[in-house]
Amino acid sequence: MIPRGFDYFSPQTLEEALALVAEHGAEAKLLAGGHSLLPMMKLRLAAPGVLIDLGRISDLRAIREEGEQIVIGAMTTHAEIEKSGLLRRRAPLLAEAAAEIGDVQVRNRGTLGGALAHADPAADYPAAVLALDAELTLVSQRGTRTVAAQDFFVDLLTTALEPGEILTEIRFAADGPRTGSAYLKLHQPASGFAIVGVATRVQLDSKGKCEATAVGVTGVAPKAYRATQVERALKGKALNERIIAQAAGKAAAGVEPLSDLHASARYRKAMAEVFTRRALALALERARRRQ
Amino acid sequence: MAIRIAVKVNGRAQVHDVEPRLLLVHYLRDVLSLTGTHVGCETSLCGACTVLLDGQAVKSCTLLAVQADGADITTIEGLARDGQLHPVQEGFWEEHGLQCGYCTPGMILAGVALLNENPNPSEADIRRAIAGNLCRCTGYQHIVNAIQSAARKLKQKSRKKS
Ligand SMILES: Cc1cc2nc3c(=O)[nH]c(=O)nc-3n(C[C@H](O)[C@H](O)[C@H](O)COP(=O)(O)OP(=O)(O)OC[C@H]3O[C@@H](n4cnc5c(N)ncnc54)[C@H](O)[C@@H]3O)c2cc1C
Ligand code: FES
Ligand code: FES
Repeated sequence: MIPRGFDYFSPQTLEEALALVAEHGAEAKLLAGGHSLLPMMKLRLAAPGVLIDLGRISDLRAIREEGEQIVIGAMTTHAEIEKSGLLRRRAPLLAEAAAEIGDVQVRNRGTLGGALAHADPAADYPAAVLALDAELTLVSQRGTRTVAAQDFFVDLLTTALEPGEILTEIRFAADGPRTGSAYLKLHQPASGFAIVGVATRVQLDSKGKCEATAVGVTGVAPKAYRATQVERALKGKALNERIIAQAAGKAAAGVEPLSDLHASARYRKAMAEVFTRRALALALERARRRQ
Repeated sequence: MAIRIAVKVNGRAQVHDVEPRLLLVHYLRDVLSLTGTHVGCETSLCGACTVLLDGQAVKSCTLLAVQADGADITTIEGLARDGQLHPVQEGFWEEHGLQCGYCTPGMILAGVALLNENPNPSEADIRRAIAGNLCRCTGYQHIVNAIQSAARKLKQKSRKKS
């Protein structure tokens, strides 16, 4: 279980990294926490000729507030996100998802940017960044562009990242008043990845009715998605158990669920409904506590 | 392509030229002859290879030695001080926290990392902290007991000091 040989660079700045990426082209792979890439290289499912390690670029590793926005650098680890006081206070959804990833050792090494760029259909963050309407910043020598989470996930293990681009940070609005969120996950018992993971954010209006909800679902389809039919069914309603249960029935509407030895398509669909219902109920309870 | 790395392992400075593909666990075992760090699954799942990297538990089979350049690494060999076992090691001894011993170095380091961060862990905290470490012998209960016993000892020690 030894990777094929490769050349290794550890740039100290983003500019150096971008120059290396441009120079080495398709032969090169970016290395973040290495907790998806190195296992694949050890199995020789990946054999890049060049590794460009982003681990020394300290600018990419930070969580900060910009007014009402939260900005998180791509090299921030799962553990840092899980334990961030700022996130727990102002937008706990991503921290709650981070705490559900793998185990302590994985969370100490794995990064937000690496997990998003890898786009595993059973990864946790995609559901959360979709529910947060996050924007991702992609930088190359050609320039900088911003992509909405909705447009970032393209297909199984496929994102909107173009050759030469590095994901540098993500940003999203902090929770406003009367807002609650929740991430709930059905773990695949052996790997710990999500059979189903549902991230929700519920925002109530001043009368306590549903102003808006966002529901991101991972694990069910080849890529994480927003359950827009659920969201539409709840908008403007005075939320209660029955209305939530009814809406949750549409959690997998319009998607073709994955089927594998861990869970059949029917089971995934059923669990998408159950976990959507539970996550919405919990987010609602939390939103009410923040009246 | 060989890359020069400088690390501190169990308090001792080390400088070596390594191949970029050399995994940290192989650097520790084959280059430094510190064979206390075990290789179990080689696939990032079992935690037998757990060491502390700048105080944090990591799986050394899923880290390149070059990524550890500049870091402070602690392996099982680095826990005892002046012939005195670390309280977590004592805990494993006294509470029968091991049978075959294969998972033990990794388990102990996961326990040490936990207690450094959280000196008063609940049983749930302990189980969460060792969730990345598999043991096929003990059924985990004695490992939990061992870490609880170590937590008590460490508290007594710090009380004596203050
Ligand atoms: C035992 C185990 C259990 C796990 N359990 C879970 C789980 O329960 N849930 C979950 O979501 N994940 C899980 N993971 C995956 C883990 O979260 C990884 O850390 C994550 O998928 C990849 O992040 P990384 O930083 O390790 O990236 P790497 O492995 O270094 O990189 C992954 C890919 O992204 C690319 N890349 C990295 N950074 C960037 C960037 N900034 N810009 C552009 N491209 C980039 C790399 O080139 C590579 O193709 C698990 C992993 C292991 C080993
Ligand atoms: S040998 Fe590293 S996790 Fe099993
Ligand atoms: S004691 Fe044998 S694997 Fe844990």
